[in-house]
Amino acid sequence: MATEENKNAAAGSGSQSGAKAASQPAAQQGFVYLPLIAGWLVPGAGHFLLGKWVRGSLLAAAILGMFVTGLAMHGELYTSVHNILEILCLAGDLGNGLLYVAGRIAGWGAEQVQTTVGDWGARFIVVAGLLNVIAAVDAHNLRTGRKS
Amino acid sequence: MTYFPAVLLFALFASTVFGITQRETPRAMIRYGIYCFVLFVGSAIALSWLMFFIAR
Repeated sequence: MATEENKNAAAGSGSQSGAKAASQPAAQQGFVYLPLIAGWLVPGAGHFLLGKWVRGSLLAAAILGMFVTGLAMHGELYTSVHNILEILCLAGDLGNGLLYVAGRIAGWGAEQVQTTVGDWGARFIVVAGLLNVIAAVDAHNLRTGRKS
Repeated sequence: MTYFPAVLLFALFASTVFGITQRETPRAMIRYGIYCFVLFVGSAIALSWLMFFIAR
């Protein structure tokens, strides 16, 4: 008896999930973490993959603007760490994805922060990375349907 | 660059991302973005005056 009920419940939930899967758009199928990874590597790319062109463009402009402003202020790209605060700053910098890699390869940013404005610039670059992570997670939420 | 333009740029970029990522409809995004911008700039001005009076 119990087995029969379980079978019915399983069949019911199976048909429900099947109907849910069928109602999902084609964009909801495939590798679910692609917008998250693309959005982390290139600002706005996660939203572009989902066809959210305006949102993606605005996010890319804001994050790139923050990053470039930080460099223009002679901010530092963290390369080595000596204390806990620098570890946190490096983690923020890594949020910039390929921008950080390009910056390291091309030698962007100051070697060492020597002015107050340069210190602000380093913070701008860190915050650009953190904002990029937020944008990438937003793309993931759009992809999974948690956000519309 | 002086402190205030840096604050304005920081507030503009951060509130743009907050507005888009934390709300669902375009209208709510704009409203929340403006709200964040005003909070960023307003709190910077308020804290600046506070520090000015503490330093005196």
